[in-house]
Amino acid sequence: MKKQLRETPSQTAGPYVHIGLLPDAAGIDVDHHGIAGHTGLNSGTPIVITGVVRDGAGEIVKDALLEIWQAGDDGQFADGHRGFARAHTDFETGEFRFETVKPGPVAWTDGTPQAPHITVMIFARGINIHLHTRIYFADEADANAADPVLNAIADGRETLLAKPEESSNNSYRFDVSLQGEAETVFFDI
Amino acid sequence: MVSNNKPAFAQRDRTWHPKGLTPAYNSSVLRSPKRALLQMPPSLSETSGPVFGHNMLGEHDADMLRNAVVDGDPVGERIVVSGRVLDEYARPQPGVLIEIWQANAGGRYRHVRDGYLAPLDENFSGYGRCLSDEQGNYSFRTIRPGPYPFPNNGPAWRPAHIHLSLFGASFAQRLITQFYFEGDPLIKHCAIVNAVSDPAAVDRMVARLDLDNAVPFDALAYRFDIVLRGRNETRFDTEHS
Ligand SMILES: [Fe+3]
Repeated sequence: MKKQLRETPSQTAGPYVHIGLLPDAAGIDVDHHGIAGHTGLNSGTPIVITGVVRDGAGEIVKDALLEIWQAGDDGQFADGHRGFARAHTDFETGEFRFETVKPGPVAWTDGTPQAPHITVMIFARGINIHLHTRIYFADEADANAADPVLNAIADGRETLLAKPEESSNNSYRFDVSLQGEAETVFFDI
Repeated sequence: MVSNNKPAFAQRDRTWHPKGLTPAYNSSVLRSPKRALLQMPPSLSETSGPVFGHNMLGEHDADMLRNAVVDGDPVGERIVVSGRVLDEYARPQPGVLIEIWQANAGGRYRHVRDGYLAPLDENFSGYGRCLSDEQGNYSFRTIRPGPYPFPNNGPAWRPAHIHLSLFGASFAQRLITQFYFEGDPLIKHCAIVNAVSDPAAVDRMVARLDLDNAVPFDALAYRFDIVLRGRNETRFDTEHS
């Protein structure tokens, strides 16, 4: 099949993205249908993932919006929008927070299992086309060692590993660097 | 264990889309990765995606002239925006969730962080949503937004624009964009528009006056067609052979 049309070009989501995607955060009172902050997945191990997004000067980005998409603990993607959630980086602290469950293994293109991971898309003022990355889990060392995506990364694979928080069970820290020394690995998938 | 039984996607043409780093748009300078993107084939994590149905929509979500009314109509030029969502193979894309946000007629956003001196309009939120139908058609009603200033290597102005977020059938099709209005003299001066380098690509972000769809003595109309990334059927075939 030959392409007949070209994709509509991307443009930045800008600083007021919340109006459309997280209206509560903008100060607009509309029903959000439960996609803010929680994937709606309940079967399996509940986890909390928090983090910040930093720019190339190390400043915390306070107007970003993140979306996640993941399989359930059985490695299956649910119907509807369970498995999907959105969160913005807090206007004061810059921290985002997701509540979900630890995902199960999803097949790679050859049918072998990938390590548990969560797909992440990042939107913000100054980001011309959304950035795509993955959250893996630092406490899944064996699965990570066999993961085809992690193993394709020459430099910076640790940037994709959410670290268990010492202070609380089943809480993970995942900080993103848009640019700089600790720049997160982003994908073209 | 799930097998990857869905078709994959052709790679995005990243010379057609804006690059990450476009120094004339100041905000991109520290927010663009410097490392090359890692190219990977899509797996089920990207070829699947959330599905949003009509239960996601409120009654007046696609009517931004109505969905925030307190005591009257919003101020501004009433418009109907409609178009069709296709993929790169020209196939209609049904069930695409289109989320909409925009400034009011004076160029002010209803957002806790917008402090522009133009007044808020208590009858307008700038928030909307709609879904494409079986043929990929969508439509919403709103007011034409005003241009507004923003800091960018000194003061700069955005042309009138409406932001759109698009959810196709797969997360790999995810797209956020903006469209502009035919004939707006600010388009060519805008560093965000010009982050897109190919004039043919810029042209694809411009909505056309659509007099045939105007509502007599009520609303002008604009047409904006959208193309999402296409599934690569060739790959689909080889995966199943
Ligand atoms: Fe805007």
